[in-house]
Amino acid sequence: MPDQRQATAAKRPAWSRGRTPGAENPSSTTPPIRRRPVWKAVLLVALILGACVMFFPFLWSLSTSVSSGVGMSATPELIPDNPSFAAYAELFRKTPFARIIANSLGLAVATTVLQIITSSMAAYVFSRMPFPGRSIVFALYLATMMIPMQVLLVPLFVQMRNLGLVDSYLGVLLPSVASAFGVFLLRQAMNSLPRELDEAARIDGAGHLTIFSRIILPLVGPSIATLTVFSFMNSWNSFLWPLIILRSNELKTLPLALAGLQGQYTTRWDVMMAGSIVSILPMLAIYLFAQKYVIQGVANTGIK
Amino acid sequence: MSVGLSSASMSPVAGSLDRTKGSCSAGAARRGRRASRVKYALIIILFLAPSAIPLVYFTVYPMFSALWVSFHKWNLLSDMTWVGVGNYIDLIHDPLTQRAFLNSVLYIVGYFPLVYVGGLGLAIALNSAVPFRNFLRGVYFLPVVTSWIVVALVWRWLLNPSGGVANYLLSLVGVQGPGWWTDPHWALPSIILASAWKDLGFVMVILLAGLQSIPQDLYEAARVDGAGWWARLRHITFPMLTPSTFFVTVISLINGFQVFDQVYAMTGGGPAGASTVVVERVYDLTFRYSQAGTASALSWMLFLLVLLVTVVQMIGQRKWVNYA
Repeated sequence: MPDQRQATAAKRPAWSRGRTPGAENPSSTTPPIRRRPVWKAVLLVALILGACVMFFPFLWSLSTSVSSGVGMSATPELIPDNPSFAAYAELFRKTPFARIIANSLGLAVATTVLQIITSSMAAYVFSRMPFPGRSIVFALYLATMMIPMQVLLVPLFVQMRNLGLVDSYLGVLLPSVASAFGVFLLRQAMNSLPRELDEAARIDGAGHLTIFSRIILPLVGPSIATLTVFSFMNSWNSFLWPLIILRSNELKTLPLALAGLQGQYTTRWDVMMAGSIVSILPMLAIYLFAQKYVIQGVANTGIK
Repeated sequence: MSVGLSSASMSPVAGSLDRTKGSCSAGAARRGRRASRVKYALIIILFLAPSAIPLVYFTVYPMFSALWVSFHKWNLLSDMTWVGVGNYIDLIHDPLTQRAFLNSVLYIVGYFPLVYVGGLGLAIALNSAVPFRNFLRGVYFLPVVTSWIVVALVWRWLLNPSGGVANYLLSLVGVQGPGWWTDPHWALPSIILASAWKDLGFVMVILLAGLQSIPQDLYEAARVDGAGWWARLRHITFPMLTPSTFFVTVISLINGFQVFDQVYAMTGGGPAGASTVVVERVYDLTFRYSQAGTASALSWMLFLLVLLVTVVQMIGQRKWVNYA
C-alpha cells in the first residue's frame, strides 16, 4: 500500500503540488458534452437530482429532529406542522450532552495538535536531514499505516489497563499521538519546497531548528490544513477505540453517546436525530471552510 | 525523492568545514566537526522520537504481542495457557466466524460495484464543464465527513419498517417494503446501501483526481481522428484511469474487510447473526466472551487475509493497470 501511494503521488506531480480536483481548470474538462447544450442541461438536471437524493438523509433527519414526538406510524412529512426544539431540549436535559460535546471537542483538538507537532518534526527529518538508513526508517513508518486497528485491539487494551488508563481521556489519546499518514503528507509537501530556501537561510547562519520553525513550517501551511481537517475528523468520528476505553457516561464522546441513545430511546427518533444533527454540525462547519483541503487530502492519498 | 544530492551539500559537516576553513587549526576544525555532528544526530533523535516512540509502543509492539496472544487461551485476567494453533483451528470450524467472513465478502461484492459505478459516473459528469460543479462536488462529498454512527442512525430511521420514509415512498408506488435491517435477508443489503451512500463521494474524488491527470492532447488528437464520445471514453479515459481504479479497488477491499462501526450501530450483527462481520466478531470475542486468545487469532487471520488480497492485487495489476 504505501508503495502504491508513493507511486501514485510521484506519478501525478500535479497533486503533490497541491492542485485540487476542485480547483478550476478549464482545460481539464472531459470534452464530450461541450458542444451539445441539450445534453448539458440533461446532465445538470440529473446531477442536481442526484445531489438532492444524496442530501435527503440529512434533510430528513433535520426535519425529524424538529417534529417533536414523531410516532411510529405517522405519515412522514418533510416540513412538520409544528416545528419545535423539544427534542433538543430533552437531549440536553436527560443526557450530559454538553459535557459529551466538550469531550469530543477536547479530544479532537488535542489529537490534532499533537499529530501536527509530531508529524511535522518527523517529516522535516525525512525531507531535510539525511542520515544513514533514513529511507529504511521512512519505509517502516509507512508500513505502520498498513496495520489495521483491529489487530491491535486486545494487546492495546491490555497495555492501557496496565498503565491504568482505561476509562480516561489519555487512554483514548495516546495511541493516536503520532500519525504515519501525517508524516507522509507533510514530507511530500516539504520535498516540493525548493532547497535554495534552506541554503539561503543557512548562509545567514540559521540552524535546523530555525529553518524548521521559521521557513519550512509556514510554507507547508496548506498541507498542515489538510492534516488538521483529517486528524480532527478522524478523532471526532472515531468509534471503536473510544468504545473500548471509555466506560463512564461523563467521559463518553459523541459517537458513543449517539450509539447509546439507541438503547435509551428506542423509538424516539426525534431525539436521536437531534443528537445526530448536533454531532454533524461542527464537522459540517469545518468542511464548509476547508472543503478544498479535505478533497485535496483524499485525492492525494486516498486515506479516510 | 530528489533528496540525495542537493541536501548532502547542505549537511552541517560541509557547513562547518566552510566556516572553519583557513582560520583555525586542523584540531579545532575536527573538534568543531564532531560537536556539530553530535548536535545533528541529537536533533534527528529529538525530532523523530515524538512520533517513533508512540508508533513502536502503540502499533508495532501490540501487533506482535497480538500474534503471541493468539497462540494462547486467555481470558484477559488469569495466566495464559499455550494452545499452539488451536485457536485458529477452532475459528475455522466456528459457524459464526464462517458467517462473518462470508458476510464480509458479500458486503464487498454488493458494495464495490455500487460505489465504483456511481463514483465513476459522478466523476466523469463533474469533470465536464457543468454549472455549479464545485457546489455539486461538495454535496456529493458531504457524507464522507459524517461519522459512521450518525450514518447508521439516520439510515436506521430512513429504512425503519414502521414509519420509515423509504417504505412510505415504496408504498406510494404500491410496493410493500421489506423489513430492512430487522429482516435477516435485508440486514446486510441495508448496511451496504448506507455504506455506499457514505463512500460514493470518496470514490468520486479519487477518480476525479485521476481524470484530471489525463493529458488533454490525447482527447484532442482522438477528436481530430474522428473518435466519438464513447470511443474516447473507452480508448482513452478507461485505460488512463486504471491506476486510480486500482487504487480504489485496493482501498475498498481493505476497508471492506474491516467494516465495523456501521454494522455495530445499524444491526449489531443481527438479526440472529445475519449481518455479523469479522471485526464485530473480534470485538464480541474480546469484550463479551473474554476470549482474548481467540479474538487475537481472528484479528491476525483477518490481517493475513487482507494482506494476501492486497498482494494478489499488486501482482495482478501488471495485467490491467496502465502506468503511462
